[in-house]
Parts: sequence; structure tokens; C-alpha cells
Amino acid sequence: MRELDRLRNVMRRDKVFDFVQEKRLPFSAGRHSVMPGELDISHGTILYVENISVSFDGFKALNDLTLYINDGELRCIIGPNGAGKTTMMDVITGKTRPDSGVAYFGQTMDLTRMSEYEIAHAGIGRKFQKPTIFPFHTIFENLELAMAADKQVWPTLFAKLNGEQRDRIDDVMEIIGLKDQRDHEATSLSHGQKQWLEIGMLLMQNPRLLLVDEPVAGMTHQEMDKTAELLKRLAGDHSVVVVEHDMDFVRSIAETVTVLHEGSVLAEGTMSEMQTDPRVKEVYLGE
Amino acid sequence: MAHQSLVLTMMKNDKGGTTLLSILLALIIIIPGLNLFVATDSIFHVSTYTLTLLGKYLCFALLAIALDLVWGYCGILSLGHGAFFALGGYAMGMYLMRQIGDRGVYGNPELPDFMVFLNWSELPWYWQGFDMFWFAMLMVVLVPGLLAFVFGWLAFRSRVTGVYLSIMTQALTYALLLAFFRNEMGFGGNNGLTDFKDILGFNLQAGSTRAVIFIASAVALALGYLLSRYIVTSKLGRVVIAVRDSEDRARFIGYKVESFKLWVFVVSAILAGIAGALYVPQVGIINPGEFSPLNSIELVVWVAVGGRATLYGAALGAVAVNYGKTYFTAVLPELWLFALGALFIVVTVFMPKGLVGLWQQFRKKQAKTSTPETSPDSARDSSRATNSIQQGDD
Repeated sequence: MRELDRLRNVMRRDKVFDFVQEKRLPFSAGRHSVMPGELDISHGTILYVENISVSFDGFKALNDLTLYINDGELRCIIGPNGAGKTTMMDVITGKTRPDSGVAYFGQTMDLTRMSEYEIAHAGIGRKFQKPTIFPFHTIFENLELAMAADKQVWPTLFAKLNGEQRDRIDDVMEIIGLKDQRDHEATSLSHGQKQWLEIGMLLMQNPRLLLVDEPVAGMTHQEMDKTAELLKRLAGDHSVVVVEHDMDFVRSIAETVTVLHEGSVLAEGTMSEMQTDPRVKEVYLGE
Repeated sequence: MAHQSLVLTMMKNDKGGTTLLSILLALIIIIPGLNLFVATDSIFHVSTYTLTLLGKYLCFALLAIALDLVWGYCGILSLGHGAFFALGGYAMGMYLMRQIGDRGVYGNPELPDFMVFLNWSELPWYWQGFDMFWFAMLMVVLVPGLLAFVFGWLAFRSRVTGVYLSIMTQALTYALLLAFFRNEMGFGGNNGLTDFKDILGFNLQAGSTRAVIFIASAVALALGYLLSRYIVTSKLGRVVIAVRDSEDRARFIGYKVESFKLWVFVVSAILAGIAGALYVPQVGIINPGEFSPLNSIELVVWVAVGGRATLYGAALGAVAVNYGKTYFTAVLPELWLFALGALFIVVTVFMPKGLVGLWQQFRKKQAKTSTPETSPDSARDSSRATNSIQQGDD
């Protein structure tokens, strides 16, 4: 059995294909079994994006994009306007269906066939470019709504908060520094605070992977530092993918940077490597 | 006991709603009493006409609350909610038709007059069972609910939103209007269903029956309000508002938005159907005119005038606009439609939050001049609380 398990671990990658997995399930019913709806990151890679292409009216937003994100990693994705950063997020979160290619969350979950809310339940949280929160709910209510729970209609109708959940909301309010504004409507927050609230809402979902689109757009330097700190703190427990334009900010947080250009990966490496890479220079500076 | 405490906790921070319920309770006790037990020549006597008129207003108020639930809270502007109201009305009308029995002009014990007139020999299948009150009441709930479910399921699943959805709901009610106009449909065509005699064995023309239906309308409105209030104060209510304000965000934090929209839409349609069912025995007729798109648009005006997303504001708006309508159509009939149009423009341009919003603004200004250091939150609460006074004035 041990040999079989070892072999299976080596072969885990084949679980990407549903039809193979269906057949294997009865065999793996014992140890190391993988539930179809459960995140399997036994290979240390949480997100597989392979050969994804998306085009809108002939314009290729993503062109054979291949990208892997490791579990617990903090990855920055940069690229000039129109490089396909937001479209990539749309594909991962189920908003846009790719024309071709596969996107897997862990070993088992095919993101191209799941709907937005299923993907959210599976553990992918997304922060939009423009801070998107519920303006007429209080900070507390915003976090309460985002909290991981049974989100079907009837359970939601009769849902009551228990002490543990209240504590959790308080914890997150502490993390994002909005504890004093607990009962204020979210619309009264400053731009930066709204961004943090949105990140806080993602945290309430208990996601494994956070997709963060331009978190520091329109922020002051102080706010930026705070955001960098926040994101760094999240990495490790969560995998974080940050799309950002602001190079200073990227430099301050990045471990690995991926440069997108015209819908595919141009280069990948540390920030200093990227800054000296001639291709990246060309794309960014037009040299 | 547990139920009572639930209601109490629910109403604790809802002065407007509490006032609405208190007024309803007072109406239930006073109006039928003044109608039945005070001599006709006394100045305190309430005529059966007034009683019925008030009963109609209560039905409209329930209908307005139903629309407020989908429009004010969920952001779905339905321009066809009159259709659900009319369907509920037709279900009740069919029951009342069957109760006529052989007292019709043609004396046919089984068939309503219009079917005899069309030379039909037997009752169509969809009229079966409507001689039983419980069955008719079931249909009052089921038919609008089912239509809303099918329509909503198709529309929300395809993510039809905004003005497109509004136009589709308008088309829905218009299609039903045309369908019910046809004699072959078997709903009395142009004339609709009328000449009702009695309900549950009681003469519909009798003052006491009218009084009971009036009380039933008031109770239905109260229960409809409590149900809606429970919904909007639950977590589901907060999700629904979240969907209204930021549909994508709600979707990406894991809510299946279309299910929530569908649920609220169906509940709202059922409330509208119940309002229609109570309306028909009071006015004594239901005809395809109730499906008219104009009715549904008027309904939107009621809610807009009262104040969206307040529930009691919608009820207030329904009563206020309909009182205006009753008054104007009697005094200056040719001016009513202009007045209605002007009202809608004034409300959308100058009072986006309706009468309730106007009152809140007024209170806020007052609060500012008297106690400048009120925090925004307490101002919000006090303005919420003081809505009751406005309700009382009305």
C-alpha cells in the first residue's frame, strides 16, 4: 500500500483530469483520498493556469497564458495597461470563460467549469480594482455578510451570529484597523479604508487564495505602507496574488514578480531580476 | 410567547412600523364599529362606502409593501407587479363566481353566466376546484408565486437586470392583459368577473361582511408588514440590499445572487396576490384592466412617493397617492393624470427618498440646530425613530 501511495503521489498531477479521477476514487477511498470538492494542494501548487486564451471581438486579451502559484506565496503581477491582468482574474474567479486552456485550483477543481459563487466557496477571494463594498451596510455588517457560512437562501434567512463569529469579525476589524468605525456605514470611509475593508471581507471568507487587484491605487504613502504590511502578514496562511501598477509598492512586498505582456507571461523572477531584464525594460520603457 | 417576543424585538427599533401597526389596530377596532354600531345620521358614522374605500387603500398598501421589497431592497424595478395583484384577484374572483351558483341571469347551477353566453357546455378544467374556498386561497398564493418563479428563474439566471428587466415585466403584464381580454381564455373576457353574491355563505353586500373583509385586509397588511420586516432585518435582508448595491461583490463573496433575487421576487408576488384577493370582494369586480401597465406604473409612483426601502413608507405612499386620486378624480377628473405625472417628476427630482426621506431631512436639520454635537449615527437613528410622527399626522 505504501508503495502504491508513493506512486500515487508522484502521479498526482493526473488528477487534473476529471475522468481519470472518477475511476481512481474507489481505489483511493482509504488514505490520501481526495474529495472532489475539497482543495488538494499536496503538490504545493495552489493555482494552475495553463494555456489560457481569451479574446474579445478579435482582441486577444489573454494569449496562451501559463502561470503557477504556490501555496502560501505572495506573488505580484505587473504589466502595462491591456496586458490582461484583470482578464486573468476574471478567468480565475469564473467571471469570464476562456476560449481555450485550463485553470485548476489545487489538483482537483476545474475553475473553468465552476460558477462565481462556487469558486468563492472553494476558497478564492477577489478584491476588485475599484474598492467594491456594500456602501449602506455598516463595517460590521459588511464583514458579517462576507463571513464563511452557509450562504444558501433559507439558512441565510434564519442565520444568527454566535459569539465565536462575533469574535472573528472583531479580529478582522482589528487586523484592518477599522474597529472604531464598527457601526459606521461603509460609504463614510475614506478610499484607503474602503480598500482595507474589502481585504477584510476577503479574510472573512477564509480563502486559500486572495486575488488583489491594485490595492494601493489612490492611497497615500502612509496607507500604502500599512497595506503592504497587511498583505505580507496574509501571505503564508494564504496565497496572495497582487496585481499592481505602483513599482515602489511592488518592490516593497514582492518575493516573486510575474510580468505580463499582451496576454502572456513575459518574464518571471525577483524584482531586481525583472528590473534588469531587457525585455521587461523594452515593454515598460519602450526602449 | 416566543412568537410574541420575536415580534417585540423586531419592532424595537422601528418606530415607523410600530406606528403603522398601531394605526392598523386602531382602524380594526374603530372603523367597523363606527360603521356598524353608530346611527347613520350621527356625525361619527362611517359609511359603508368609506369603509370599503379604506379597505381598498389597505390592499394597495400591502401591494406597495410587496413592491418595496423587490424594488427598494433588492433593486429590481418591477413594472409588472400589478399582474400578480390581478392574478390573486382573479383567483378570488373565480371562487366568488362559483358561489353565485344558479342565481345568475341564466340560472345555470354550474357555469358562470359568461360561459353560458359563450355556449360552453361544461366548466373548463382550470375552473375546477374553485368552488372550494381553501382551494381558491391556495391558488391566490400559488398562481402569482409560480408565475414569479418561472419568470424570475429565467430572467435572473440569464442575468437580465436594470431597465431590460423592467421592460420585460411590463411586457409580462401587458401580455396577460391581452390574454385575459380574450373570451376564449375563459375568464370573462373584457367584462371580467363580477356580480358576486356571497363569500363563505355571507352576503357580500351586507355591512357586516364588508366590515369583516375590511378587518381581514388590515390584518393581512399587518402580517405582510411583519413578514417583510422580518425578512429585511434578517441576514437574508442584508444580503438582498448587498445585491442591490453591489451585485458583483455579493457574487464573489459566495452568494448565489440569482437565488436570492428569485426568492424575494416570489415572496413579493405572493404578497401582491394576497392583496389582490382581498381587493376583489371589496370592489366587486375583477377585469383585465387590472393588468394594465398603467396600474403597475402607478404602483411604482406610490412607493417612490412614500419612500423606497422603508416598507411603512410604501404603505404611506399608497394611501397618500390613492387618497389624492380619489379626491382629484372627484373634483378635477381631467387633471388627475397630470397631477400623477407631475408628482412622479417632483418625487424623483426633489425627493429621491420620498415623504419618509423628506421627514428625515427635516428632523436632521432640526437636530443640527438644537444639538450640534450629535454624531452621525445617533442622527440617523433619531431620524429613523421620528418617522412615526409623520405617520401619525397622516
